[in-house]
Amino acid sequence: MANTNELKRISSQVRRDIIRMVTSAGSGHPGGSMSSADFLTALFFDVMKHDPASWTRDGKGQDMFFLSAGHLSPVYYSLLARSGYFDISELGTFRQLGSRLQGHPCVDKGLPGIFQASGSLGQGLSAAAGAALGKKLDGDSNRVYVLLGDGECEEGQIWEAAMFCAHHKIDNLVAITDWNRQQIDGRVENVAGLVNLKGKWEAFGWEVLECDGHDFAEILDAYAKAGKLCGKGKPVMILMKTEMGKGVDFMEGTHKWHGKATDPEQCEKALSQLEETLGDY
Amino acid sequence: MKQYVNTGNKDTRSGFGAGLHESGKEDTRVMALTADLEGSLKMSDFAKEFPERFIQCGIAEANMIGVAAGLAVTGKIPFVGSFAEFVTGRVYDQIRQEVAYGRTNVKIAASHAGITLGEDGATHQTMEDIALMRALPGMVVINPCDYNQTKAATIAAAKYDGPVYLRFGRPSVPNFTPADAEFEIGKAIVMNEGTDVTVFATGHLVWEALQAAALLEAEGISAEVIDIATIKPLDEEAVLASVGKTGAAVCAEEHNSAGGLGELIAGVLVMNRPAPVEFINGGDRFGQSGTPAGLMAAYGLDAVHIAEAAKKSIARK
Repeated sequence: MANTNELKRISSQVRRDIIRMVTSAGSGHPGGSMSSADFLTALFFDVMKHDPASWTRDGKGQDMFFLSAGHLSPVYYSLLARSGYFDISELGTFRQLGSRLQGHPCVDKGLPGIFQASGSLGQGLSAAAGAALGKKLDGDSNRVYVLLGDGECEEGQIWEAAMFCAHHKIDNLVAITDWNRQQIDGRVENVAGLVNLKGKWEAFGWEVLECDGHDFAEILDAYAKAGKLCGKGKPVMILMKTEMGKGVDFMEGTHKWHGKATDPEQCEKALSQLEETLGDY
Repeated sequence: MKQYVNTGNKDTRSGFGAGLHESGKEDTRVMALTADLEGSLKMSDFAKEFPERFIQCGIAEANMIGVAAGLAVTGKIPFVGSFAEFVTGRVYDQIRQEVAYGRTNVKIAASHAGITLGEDGATHQTMEDIALMRALPGMVVINPCDYNQTKAATIAAAKYDGPVYLRFGRPSVPNFTPADAEFEIGKAIVMNEGTDVTVFATGHLVWEALQAAALLEAEGISAEVIDIATIKPLDEEAVLASVGKTGAAVCAEEHNSAGGLGELIAGVLVMNRPAPVEFINGGDRFGQSGTPAGLMAAYGLDAVHIAEAAKKSIARK
């Protein structure tokens, strides 16, 4: 197990990658990528059983990760590259013509580590549920993880999937919500309130954990608890309480950085707050 | 002309059910998912014999498409079944992102397609589904004409690696193609050879086209009838070879004018071998309640209208 200091060092580099990628592309979604950087770093570098060298799209013999909120592609690509799925230099092609690092993740360009395309919201939980069922049918004891945005939970299909997972006792699935309370048009509570998100998932028959999504000790504890809840007949949800834009003072806590890229000047300012720990791409 | 014997009316959806059951026996990766329409889709034989490979999704089609995609990612061969409208229009974006974009190996089984769904009316009668599915890059679109062909097409779809849209219907219709014919995806089937006009037909309209050819023969007109069972990829070679010989065409389908077989074939002819084309389709309108046969006649989707269209096409040569 990685210690929390190591994970912190990795997530600092991941945040640098995010800022540098969206700055050079001149577009992209840094806000949610920054809010989910810590708990996803823990997932990729400590929790998930995965081996980039032997990766295949069918996910056989490994844990699988589905990104439902596809606009979080910057954090996803950074984590894949830093985990060894492809060379970090490729991060510099983000959103460019002909790149495997499309604006939203896809599988048709052959980028290793990605199981399904995402971008149109509300669909990833269903796909993850299908993959989890596939693993059960194959007697593969590995798990399936999926990340949702909280704003994304306004999509009706999420709740179709929520019912489905509980009904079919999909207990090898751990869903995570990046609960940053922001979406493009403003605060979630002002746009289309999710009122009692925890109670909703519980009412749909899920085991629900809450966690500070920026505290590595709490994050690792939540994943450990989620692991223990697996195999007991119920799907598991971890609500990660986070701040959009976390890590850069002028980006934190506002929806304004949901889908806006930092300009070169802002980039420099942001990078000055994020330690380069593993070497920039 | 070549004679076809109706061996007894059967619904094409039962052909799907039989093909699904057989595919399930042949390949343990084959799965079936439905959104509360197991009986309507004739999935019960499969569900009974392979309960662990049958997934009842409830009335939640969007989730069903995603679940099927996830299963396909792990190497399963899922068939998702519902009424054609509810596995196309209702879930277009899900099919686009989860199935077509990543060439995920999902088979979309669309029953009760077209106006012959009948009495339930326009909310349930899709006449736009071929257009929607054709528009998706890489999607194979199959619309078989009778029970035997639907069964064979289902088995072929299970063996094909990639997304397939398989369209069939609710009513009992003549069963006239050979029970032992293997279905070849992408291959047009010449049902009757002729020299004056080619009738390209798909689905329930193939039988009507053969009846039209008999009517035309009585008037001394020789009509070639081609079953376009695979709409995408279209067998362009067969289309051009036939019209190269006859010089006139009719396209007949249980679908609206926009984006259907007619526009597809007309496009191929315009680019390669311009010739007069007449269209038998639902036009630009919604369906309505009625019996399947009554609706087909009311919307001009029958042998008499095909024969008239053939004569018009010939006159425009």
